[in-house]
Amino acid sequence: MKRRALASAVAAAVIVAGPAFAQSAKISDGVVKFGVLTDMSGTYSDLAGPGTVAATQMAIDDFIAKEKPDFKIEMISADHQNKADISANKAREWIDTQKVDALVDLVTTSTALAVMKVANEKNRVTLVSGAGSTPITNEQCNDTTAHWTYDTYSLPVGTAKAVVAQGGKTWYFITADYAFGHSLEKNTSDVVKKSGGKVLGSVRHPFPGSDFSSFLLSAQASGAQVIGLANAGNDTINSIKQAKEFGITPKQTLAGLLMFISDVHSLGLDATQGMYLTTGFYWDYNDETRAWSKRFFDKMKRMPTMVQAGNYSSVYHYLKAVKAAGTDEAKAVMTKMREMPVNDFFAKNGKLRIDGRMVHDMYLAQVKKPSESKYPWDYYHIRQVIPADQAFIPLSESTCPLVKK
Amino acid sequence: MDILGVPIQALMGQLLIGLINGSFYAILSLGLAIIFGLLNIINFAHGALYMAGAFFAWIAMDALGIDYWVALVAVPIVVGAIGMLIERTMLKHLYRLDHLYGLLLTFGLALIIEGLFRYRFGISGQSYPVPELLSGGFNLGFMFLPKYRAWVIAVSLVVCFGSWYIIERTKLGSYLRAGTENPQLLQAFGINVPLMITLTYGFGVALAAFAGVLAAPLFQVNPVMGSNLIIVVFAVVVIGGMGSIMGSIITGLGLGLVEGLTRVFYPEASAVVIFVIMGVVLLLRPAGLFGRER
Amino acid sequence: MKGKTIGWVVLIVLGLVAPFIIYPVLVMKILCFALFACAFNLLLGYTGLLSFGHAAFLGWAGYVCGYVVKEIGLTPELGVLAGTAMAAALGFLFGSLAIRRSGIYFAMITLALAQLMYFLALQFPFTGGEDGLQGVPRGRLFGIVDLGEPLNMYYFVLAIFLGGFWLIHRTIHSPFGQVLKAIRENEPRAVSLGYDVDRYKLLAFVLSATLSGLAGATKTLVFQLASLTDVHWHMSGEIVLMTLLGGMGTVFGPVVGATVVVGLQNYGAQLGQWVGVLTGVIFVICVLAFRRGIVGELAVLIKRSGIRI
Repeated sequence: MKRRALASAVAAAVIVAGPAFAQSAKISDGVVKFGVLTDMSGTYSDLAGPGTVAATQMAIDDFIAKEKPDFKIEMISADHQNKADISANKAREWIDTQKVDALVDLVTTSTALAVMKVANEKNRVTLVSGAGSTPITNEQCNDTTAHWTYDTYSLPVGTAKAVVAQGGKTWYFITADYAFGHSLEKNTSDVVKKSGGKVLGSVRHPFPGSDFSSFLLSAQASGAQVIGLANAGNDTINSIKQAKEFGITPKQTLAGLLMFISDVHSLGLDATQGMYLTTGFYWDYNDETRAWSKRFFDKMKRMPTMVQAGNYSSVYHYLKAVKAAGTDEAKAVMTKMREMPVNDFFAKNGKLRIDGRMVHDMYLAQVKKPSESKYPWDYYHIRQVIPADQAFIPLSESTCPLVKK
Repeated sequence: MDILGVPIQALMGQLLIGLINGSFYAILSLGLAIIFGLLNIINFAHGALYMAGAFFAWIAMDALGIDYWVALVAVPIVVGAIGMLIERTMLKHLYRLDHLYGLLLTFGLALIIEGLFRYRFGISGQSYPVPELLSGGFNLGFMFLPKYRAWVIAVSLVVCFGSWYIIERTKLGSYLRAGTENPQLLQAFGINVPLMITLTYGFGVALAAFAGVLAAPLFQVNPVMGSNLIIVVFAVVVIGGMGSIMGSIITGLGLGLVEGLTRVFYPEASAVVIFVIMGVVLLLRPAGLFGRER
Repeated sequence: MKGKTIGWVVLIVLGLVAPFIIYPVLVMKILCFALFACAFNLLLGYTGLLSFGHAAFLGWAGYVCGYVVKEIGLTPELGVLAGTAMAAALGFLFGSLAIRRSGIYFAMITLALAQLMYFLALQFPFTGGEDGLQGVPRGRLFGIVDLGEPLNMYYFVLAIFLGGFWLIHRTIHSPFGQVLKAIRENEPRAVSLGYDVDRYKLLAFVLSATLSGLAGATKTLVFQLASLTDVHWHMSGEIVLMTLLGGMGTVFGPVVGATVVVGLQNYGAQLGQWVGVLTGVIFVICVLAFRRGIVGELAVLIKRSGIRI
C-alpha cells in the first residue's frame, strides 16, 4: 500500500549510480538504495564521515562494473551529528519516503542502536561498521542487522592482553560517558583481570570532551601503570596530547583502546610510537589491501581506516546477497549474507553469524618509531593475527536471543 | 596525607585545574557584568565572541603566520571593533524596549556566529600550538603544572584586576559607573553617553575574545566551545551579582575552585554544582552575592 | 469574531487533510511543537514572563511517558497522562521558586533549574543518557487502537493538539486570562486592584508547563525516542523563537511560528549548517523589526487596510 507523499528533504547529494536497466520484479521500487548515516563534521568524522560515503560509492561502482546487476543502485547520505534522535528520525524518514533499503555505517553506538530498532520494525537491513559496542550483537541484537568491522570485545583481546603481558598490570580507565565507552571499559576490564592484571578505578568524561586535565590528574593520582583510554576519535587524540602536556607520559603508559590510523596520523609517530592497538584492517598488510587502499587514497587523500574499509566490504557483500537472492527483502538478503562467506580484501573466510556478528581475523599492531617509518602512512608493525574464533565472543557466551542454546 | 579520604596531591591538582577554569569564568563574567551594568543587556553572544576570538587567533596563525603574542593583542581589538559595530547597528535600537529583547537579539547573534563557524570549520576542533616560550612546565611535587596554564592564571588575574581598577578607581571608570546609575544626568554634564556605551560593549566583547585567544592552545578550537561555556558563565554572573565587577571576578575564581573540588569527590556533579549554587543564592540573596538590587 | 472562526476552520481542515499531502511524521512533529509553542505563549505573550527553561517540561514529560510505556507497559494514553503529570509537578516546583523574581532574574532562574534537570537526565540510568530512551512502543490506544498504524497515530496527535489548543484558547478568553493580560500590561496596577498577582503567575506557569509536557509526552510516542536534545537549553531557545516569529500574544501565532521553524529545519536540512545561521538571522530580524511576529503583523495589516473580519 503506497501512500502518495511529497518528497521530504534529503540531507546530502543523491548519487545515482548506473544506468537504468529493466527492473527485477522482486527488487522493491526497482532500486536498491543505501542510506549512509555517519558523522560528517564532528568527533568521528575522520575515521568515518566522508570517507565512509566514498567507500560506499566505491563498492556500488565496483559491483556494477563487475557483476552487471539488472537492478539500479543508489545512495544518499546524511550527517547524524552523533545523535540518536537525528539518526532515528532520518532513518525513519528515509525508509518511509525515500525508499531506502539498507542503512550504512552508523558510527557512534547510540545512533546504531536507535536505527537498528527502526530498521528492524520496518524490515530493512542495517549494516553497522562504525559503531563498536557489544550490545549490538548481544542484548539488542536483531535479525536484520549486520555488525561488520570490530567490536569492544575484540579490541582488548588484542591490546589489553599484549599490554598486560608487557608488564602493565595495574590499570585506570578514562571512559567516554556513553554506551560505547562503558562497553569498552567493561570488556577491557574483563580481559585485564583474566590476564592477571588489576583495575584500580575509572573516571567518566562527557562525550564529546575537550579538556581532559582533571580526568588525567585523577588517573595520575591512582598510580596505575596503565591508563586505558576508553574513548575514540578526537577524545583519544586530546587525551594523549594533554597527557603529554601534564607530564603523565612516559611515567604511566597510555593504552588507546580504540585507535584508528587517522588518530595516529593526527598525533604523529612521535606521540604514539610503541602504542599497541587492535584493528580489523591495515592498508599496508598485503597486495590486495594496498591496491584497494591506493584507490581510496586517490579519492580521499588519506589512507582508509578499518571503518571505511569495512563499509565497502559490507555494502559489497550485501549487493552480492541481493543478486543471489533475487530480492532486496531484508530477511531474505540477511539469510543469503549468512550463507555466503565473506572473502574480499577486508576479510578472508569471514562469516556473518546468526547474532549479526561478522567474524573475521583481527590484527594486533604496534605503532612504529619515527625512524622505522619509510614512507607516508607507514605506521604499523603487525605483531599478531588474532584468528576469528578468538577475536569475537563465542556464540556459546552470547546473550543474543536469536542464538539457540 | 589524606583529606576526607582523598590524597592531598589529588586535591591540590584538581584545585589548580579549577583555578584555571575559574580564570576563564572570571574574565568572561567580567565582560558580561560590564556590559550588563551599563547597557542592561544580557549578552548571549558572549560565548560566540569568545569562540570567534579563539578562531581568529587560529586563522591568524594558519593563514597569516601571525604568532600567539601578536594575536593576544590584535584579536581582541578586531573582535572589539566588531562588537562596537553590532552595538551601533543593532543593540542601540533596543534600549527603549523591554530588556528581554536585548537578550533575544544577542541569542540570535550567537546562533549566527556559531552557525557561520560551524559551516566553515565543522565541529571537530583545530589544534593551536602552545607558544614556544610557554611550553614545558613546573614540577610542583604534587603535580606537573604546564607553564602555559600557569600563564593563563597569571594573565587572567592581571587583566581582571586591571579592569576592576580602571572601573572603580579612575575617572574614566567613574563616568562608566555614573552612566550606569543615571545616564541622562551624565549626558547633561556633557559626557557623550552613547559613545561610552558603544565603547563599553566593545571592551566587554574584547575581553571575551582575549579569553578566547588564551583558550586556543588549551582546548581544541571548535565552534561550540563558546556555547558550552556561556551557560556556566551566566550562572557565575548571576551568583556574583549582575553588574558587580568585583563580584563577578571573585565569583568566577571561586566557582572554578568549587568545581575543581567537586571533581574530586563527586565528578559527575561538577557540571551542575554551579547551578545548584545559583539557585540557592537567587533564593536567599536575589541580587547576587555582591550585587545591588535594581 | 469571524476572524477567529476562520482561523479555527482553517486549522481543523488543514489538520484533517495534512497527512495525505505531507509526510505524516513531519506534520505530527509540527503539531507537537505548535502545542509547545502555544503553551509557552501563554506565559510569554499573555502573562509577560520569559522562561528560558521550558525544555525541562518538554523533555522530562517525554522521558516519563517513554519509561512507563516501554518498561511498565502502560497504554499510550496513560503514558501521555503520566508525562503530563510530571511536567505539571515540575512546573509547580519551578514556578514556586522563580515567581519570586521578575524580568531577567526570572529568566535566569528558570534557566538554572532547567540545567539541573538536564544534568539529572544525563545521570539517571533510566533516561539512557547520551543514547536516549530508545524503542518506545506506540502501543494500543485504550488497548484497542493500534497506534503503529501511521494514520491512527496521526489523528491521536491531532486530537491532543486540538484539545490542548482549545484549552489555551478558553484560558486566554476567560476572566483568568484577562487578569494575566492585566499583569503583563501593568503589574503594579493589577496589585493595587487587589489581585494576588503571584498566585495568578504561578497558575499560568503551571498551566504552561503542563501543556508543554503534554506536547513532550506525545512527541516521544511519535518518534518512539526521548533524548537529551529535548532537555537542552537550545530547545528552550527554539521555543522562544517559534513564539516570537509567529507572534507573541496572538492565538494562532505560535502555531504559525512552529510550522515555519520546523518546516525550515526539515526542508533546510540540505543546507546543513546554514539552518543555524538562518535561524539566528530570523531571530535578529524579528527582534529588530518584526516584533509582532507573522500573525501580529498580519493582524495590523488587515486592520490598516480596513478589511473587516
